[in-house]
Amino acid sequence: MQDFGAAFGQAFALILSGDADLMEIIALSLRVTILAVAMACAIGLPLGALLAVGRFPGRGAATVFVNALMGLPPVVVGLGVYLLLSSAGPLGVLQLLYTPTAMVIAQTILVTPIVAALTRQVVEDLHAEYDELLRSMGARRLGVIATLLWDARYSLLTTALAGLGRALAEVGAVIIVGGNINHVTRVMTTTIALETSKGNLSLALGLGIILVGLSILVNGLVMGLRGSAARLAYA
Amino acid sequence: MHDALTSPARQRTTAAAPAGAIWPVALEDASFAAGDKTLIDRLSLQLTPGLRSIVMGPNGAGKSLLLRLVAGLLRPSAGRVTFAGQPLDETLRRRVAIVFQRPVLLRRSVAANLTHALKTYGVPRGQRAQRLDELLSLGQLESIADSPARVLSGGEQQRLSMVRALAAEPDLLLLDEPTASLDPQATAAIEALVSQAAAKGVKIVMVTHDRGQALRLADEVLFLHRGQLAERAPAETFFAQPQSAAAQAYLEGRLLL
Ligand SMILES: Nc1ncnc2c1ncn2[C@@H]1O[C@H](COP(=O)(O)OP(=O)(O)O)[C@@H](O)[C@H]1O
Ligand SMILES: [Mg+2]
Repeated sequence: MQDFGAAFGQAFALILSGDADLMEIIALSLRVTILAVAMACAIGLPLGALLAVGRFPGRGAATVFVNALMGLPPVVVGLGVYLLLSSAGPLGVLQLLYTPTAMVIAQTILVTPIVAALTRQVVEDLHAEYDELLRSMGARRLGVIATLLWDARYSLLTTALAGLGRALAEVGAVIIVGGNINHVTRVMTTTIALETSKGNLSLALGLGIILVGLSILVNGLVMGLRGSAARLAYA
Repeated sequence: MHDALTSPARQRTTAAAPAGAIWPVALEDASFAAGDKTLIDRLSLQLTPGLRSIVMGPNGAGKSLLLRLVAGLLRPSAGRVTFAGQPLDETLRRRVAIVFQRPVLLRRSVAANLTHALKTYGVPRGQRAQRLDELLSLGQLESIADSPARVLSGGEQQRLSMVRALAAEPDLLLLDEPTASLDPQATAAIEALVSQAAAKGVKIVMVTHDRGQALRLADEVLFLHRGQLAERAPAETFFAQPQSAAAQAYLEGRLLL
């Protein structure tokens, strides 16, 4: 076990020197997370909007289902994706297990319900306000959804950032489907877990500091968005 | 004129049921009930182009419900609302515009609110810029075109709602107390827009409690009481010699509901 103070010093030295391993890990983390959040938005935004304004049988049940999926334990999602992608699994032929793609898939599954559920809430509230106006204008269903999504843009960006925060901090699913392979699937959270258990605290701490910094940055963005939305009376 | 008679334009105006014709707009024994309360009670009424109709009546008489029924925002629980004998469909819908008492504005700029309306009304992309300029000038909104709509003053918001409704080039314009919370100057601006639209042939049906406004704008008054049409009369007759007891009481300030 290293001396605690020394570990901190080395952690900052690693960050400031732009250590190649450290940068590689950070870059992969960001790539996987941002891709997963983009996919989650591509699925979750229309899905949430449809749940908010659609009139079809099973809408209530679907809403409950999506809300329940928000609480999925990441390790269970990891296990599910593992079974799907393992060589004996239905998608085994794709040979995606222990690749960044597998991590993107797992995180997309984790973040999509968050985006969909929050989108449904936001869009439903806005729809209550706009419904009569849009109907009186003869707006069609797709036009209504487009209008609502655009007018909820600040809230939805906040939603996407919430998904980003969750995906960045997530470890259980990506460690199972990614395998934490050096130079291939090592991301910030899995590296922290591994290096801590090996007693290599400086790299773990350095990544921890950066992770906290990113989390503060994401939250700062959320607050800034709220502020500017209120200032412009868009909210 | 042989040519005129056989030209397509002439044929369109003389056809028995031209595409998209809405007149007469009729309520046929239309009721609207919520729970065990009959809020609009077997109301029959015909609206034809021309006369500006002012709807008056005490609070809760059903004036807003009447406009929502005509606009197709509510379905009658009994009876029918028809346009040239037909129920309101997608093509007819855009010929009926409504301005609500409390403006509903999108979380966008003034110009973007109008562009959204033009798009929704099916105005081709190439014509939108010019139409937008016309509407901004009509509503005297040029200087605030880029401001977020929801920070505007009450008068500006209602002017925007008015020109947005006019963007549809409607045949029938329904107005629900559009000046209820406005100062005299803002009220005058709205009244000017209403008069301009009426002069262009848009049928006006407007709810107001303001007797001065009714006298300035009304050709006829529809007086609603407890979900029924208690009286319908030319404006001068209505104010000088109201026939129904309810209208007399209302005009003397004695009618509560
Ligand atoms: N959607 C509704 N469901 C139930 N009651 C309603 C609804 N809309 C209006 N009412 C009631 O119907 C009555 C008439 O309403 P309204 O048409 O708004 O009156 P006003 O003549 O003041 O515009 C009121 O008592 C109101 O509370
Ligand atoms: Mg009303």
